[in-house]
Amino acid sequence: MPMFLREFSSWMLRYRRTWKSTIVISVANPLLFLVAIGAGLGQLVDPSSLGGLTYLEFFAPGILAAAAMQNAYIEAAFVVHGSLRQDKSYLVAAATPLEPRDIMAGHMLFMAFRIGTSALAFAAVMAALGATRSPWAVLTVPAALLTGMAFAAPLAAWTVTVGRFGALNTVFRFVLMPMYLFSGTFFGIETLPDWLRPLAYVLPLWHGVDLCRTLSLGTATLLTSAIHVGYLAALTAGGVAVALVTYRRHIHV
Amino acid sequence: MLQNLEIRVPSAVPRWGGAHFLVFRNLRVHTGGNPWTMAMYSIFEPILYLLAIGVGIGQLVGDVEGVDVPYAAFVAPGLLATAVMNSALHETMEGAFVKFTQERFYQSILFTPVSLTGIVVGEVAWAVLRGFVTALGFLLVITVFGLVSWSNAVITAAGTLLVAFAFGSAGLAVTTRIRTWSDFQYVQLVLLPMFLFATTFYPVTVYPRPVQVIVETLPLYHAIQLLRGCALGQLGSGMIVSVVYLLVLGALGLVVARRQWARIMLH
Repeated sequence: MPMFLREFSSWMLRYRRTWKSTIVISVANPLLFLVAIGAGLGQLVDPSSLGGLTYLEFFAPGILAAAAMQNAYIEAAFVVHGSLRQDKSYLVAAATPLEPRDIMAGHMLFMAFRIGTSALAFAAVMAALGATRSPWAVLTVPAALLTGMAFAAPLAAWTVTVGRFGALNTVFRFVLMPMYLFSGTFFGIETLPDWLRPLAYVLPLWHGVDLCRTLSLGTATLLTSAIHVGYLAALTAGGVAVALVTYRRHIHV
Repeated sequence: MLQNLEIRVPSAVPRWGGAHFLVFRNLRVHTGGNPWTMAMYSIFEPILYLLAIGVGIGQLVGDVEGVDVPYAAFVAPGLLATAVMNSALHETMEGAFVKFTQERFYQSILFTPVSLTGIVVGEVAWAVLRGFVTALGFLLVITVFGLVSWSNAVITAAGTLLVAFAFGSAGLAVTTRIRTWSDFQYVQLVLLPMFLFATTFYPVTVYPRPVQVIVETLPLYHAIQLLRGCALGQLGSGMIVSVVYLLVLGALGLVVARRQWARIMLH
């Protein structure tokens, strides 16, 4: 067995005890938003303002991508910080033949598992509620997974270097939260003022939202999808590359 | 045991059980110390929601049935109520839990002339203060944006005191039942749906009648009813129900918290 799979299997073993409490935040939270905003607020939204879409059809794929980002944050910020500085499971693993790169790869594989399974559960409910319009919607699960990893990899790379726990909350409050609200999840970025719109195009979450939305509605084109996937994959790869360095520096003191 | 403590130091017990000491102490120890920094932190998230939902979705929403104001002005009081609720709850739930389990603050207070009633009343008073500071910050922003008139903002500010009292004291009562950090997950499981369904984002008329009845039993629904009525200047007799509901909830929370605390701390 490759070394990083040992790290992964230890995470899976722990997950058998803790999976129940993750349901609230990673599954119940977005589902409640879906029902409350999609169904309730949707009654107030005039379909003509969304080009004939119901608000649920518009909103659901957006919140799928946003939920992937949120799950990535929980796993890559809180859990990574705890693994290095509280329960110190990273340091325990480093005392075995596992190298920092194995610890990093094994943990990221587990993050992908968490983000992917949550997205799968969410997409299944979305389809059951009739919020999808195209068979391409199947691809929203890998798209959400990629969106999540585009956040998880850079976040994990940064978190291992962070000493103060409060810094993680600050990033959530002042970076991820505004991104959550202004990346086209709740309303199309076309309605943003002209000077703000270019900023939205740079936000990784917008690429995830637009990718999931166009797949779910069946309006995806090869070129824009390739741009979205390329941008998100580049962020993931960049995050992994940086994490290789930061994990080594902060685990092998 | 409780009697013993109070009889032992009868002359030293301050008139209000020492509740004010607790408020002063909390004010000093609070992270950041400065109440305006506190307000900034508490209003950042509701203001973001206001921009995204009030303005962004407001463009998509035509006329809301039975509401003659812009959508942002409709949503703002709902977000205000939620922000006040969260601020007050944060102090009497996670805050009190840390003080009890990690800092052992209440256990050491027992050896001072502050009585158990003083602790409970002091913590609730602190939560009210904290909620009120949040409310002032939020109200200032939405008044400047023109979503509420200055005179209505003053009435609304008074209403937020009642909201903070109801949730702060109910929160303290619930905290006596919390065993571990993961129990707060279940609190979230109640708070999040309440936030989403208690007419924060749309009027109760959206729901079919049976659902309306359930929504009308939620405390946040009454907090929103009260503050929305105040903020929009639509004071009606129906608001009396909400006022009484919140008063009863707050009083009940105080009584339960006081009894439970005596049980936990003095055995």
